[in-house]
Amino acid sequence: MRRRKAYLLLLELVTALLFVLYFSPFYILVVNAFKSRYEVLTDVLGLPDSWSQAMANLRAILANPNLRFGASALSSVIITSCSLVVIALFSAMAAWVLVRTRSRVSTFVFMMYVAAMVIPFQVVMLPLVSWMRMIHQWTGIPMLRTYHGLIFAYLGFGSSLSIFLYHGFIKGIPKELEEAAIIDGCSRPQVFFRIILPILRPVTVTVLILNGIWIWNDFLLPLLMLGIGNEIQTIPLAIAGFIGSFVKQWELIMLALLLAIVPVVVLFLLAQKHIIRGMVEGSVKG
Amino acid sequence: MRQSTEAKVVFWGFLSPTLFAFLMIIVIPFILGVYYSFTEWTGVAGASNAWVGLQNYADLLREKRFFYSFAVTAAYSLVSMVVINLVAFVLALLVTQELKGRNIYRAGFFLPNVIGGLILGYIWQFVFNSALPRLGDLLSIGFLRKSMLADPRTAFFALVFVVSWQYAGYIMMIYVAALQNVPQELLEAAAIDGAGPWQRLRHITLPMIAPAFTVNSFLTLVNSFKQFDVNVSLTGGMPTTTFAGEPVFATELLAMNIYNTALAMNDYARGQAKAVVFFVVLAVLSLLQVYFNKKREVEL
Repeated sequence: MRRRKAYLLLLELVTALLFVLYFSPFYILVVNAFKSRYEVLTDVLGLPDSWSQAMANLRAILANPNLRFGASALSSVIITSCSLVVIALFSAMAAWVLVRTRSRVSTFVFMMYVAAMVIPFQVVMLPLVSWMRMIHQWTGIPMLRTYHGLIFAYLGFGSSLSIFLYHGFIKGIPKELEEAAIIDGCSRPQVFFRIILPILRPVTVTVLILNGIWIWNDFLLPLLMLGIGNEIQTIPLAIAGFIGSFVKQWELIMLALLLAIVPVVVLFLLAQKHIIRGMVEGSVKG
Repeated sequence: MRQSTEAKVVFWGFLSPTLFAFLMIIVIPFILGVYYSFTEWTGVAGASNAWVGLQNYADLLREKRFFYSFAVTAAYSLVSMVVINLVAFVLALLVTQELKGRNIYRAGFFLPNVIGGLILGYIWQFVFNSALPRLGDLLSIGFLRKSMLADPRTAFFALVFVVSWQYAGYIMMIYVAALQNVPQELLEAAAIDGAGPWQRLRHITLPMIAPAFTVNSFLTLVNSFKQFDVNVSLTGGMPTTTFAGEPVFATELLAMNIYNTALAMNDYARGQAKAVVFFVVLAVLSLLQVYFNKKREVEL
């Protein structure tokens, strides 16, 4: 018994040490975000001399015309939240009719969604951009450099996996529930919105987490559809533009990176169980 | 049973938003993309694109930068697959012991996965270029003094290292789930029969979690093959090196090579041909994945 205890203590120490090493980049990130430029050059590893430098850096970041941090954060929030609403709602609707309609068309459409998950982004990205330009020429609706264009693209890329997840869940919902509601006089859409949608909550959480983390962090699609330096830009675009443009002001870059990860980290700490389960489930099934 | 008109209207009404987006964003660009790869496509909307047959693909065979990028990506994917799985499995074994902080460890190791690769790459770029050389000075560790990102060979391993650091916690959680499904009675019975920890791991745990190995190997292989974000922010493809007498970018993975070909060098047709090759490789990997996962299921 004593040997087992000593063994566990050793393991605890090893794991704790690994854990600290694992987090060391975040230490570097935080301390340097609060230093002056001179301090970053002379003492990268130590703690900042005075934490008040943080405010000066923050003001510099918020006022920086190349970074436009506030506007970019707002755009990121708008793009992520609108995309999530349309992806979750429309995918749930599609999955429900696909499960409840037994026909060759519905099987074909579902198989098409599943097969499309193999298609890597790289093979559609170049023609997508010129196709969006063609749509603009033909219909007069601008798709590039707009919110609706990017959100529509996220619906296209995000719905396959979401439909797949909803599909699996809806198959397990007893049909009798819906038949009873129909007999009581509900129309089909009412059945969906009043009965099915509330039951879907656990998958909806998974769908929101998976898509939310992907869209919030996504770089390549916004890069192609919005472009660096555009009026509308997401946080990753803003940071990439800021780093790529001038002499590297690392203390400001570090603070910008820190600000970019704070919302996700806070969200993760609040809902880690859901997030870990959702991300693991989603990808293993997909 | 014939479907009622209402059922049909609802079917198409509910399906159309995602179906429309899917056709416009994936299906049409995919078909266009395959077609463009056989033409002199310039990326300009509405310009006529002359059919050139397999010319773009034939050009790829002669392009050393592409060949090099392909080889580096293959090597990178295989090395990452091994490293990530190894680290993840060891971490999973640790955090499934009766440790006091095991929930904190699990969440902590997982955390990098919720942060974007672009941002993590920039953080690590700073660590490699500023923090580690400083640490090397202070502790007089020679090989740390020079940034790992400056040398072609070490830059490759820096890339593997950062992605493993990011992704291992995720793969760890899949192993944790598998490890928790190993029946405790089986391990206890083996312990009573005199099997040591190593024997129990080798003869009970490992065979029981074999399906998780298959799943994770493909997951890491495919994701490494598609790597872009960390590549852009950590090395940007740098430094340059020579390959078969030509200058190439030492850490330029395929996804970045495709992007650069089309958008930096303005050769859309060739970039698209590369993307189609990229797609074919991934499709083959996916088919293998389905095949191996199915085979496992039968065995169990």
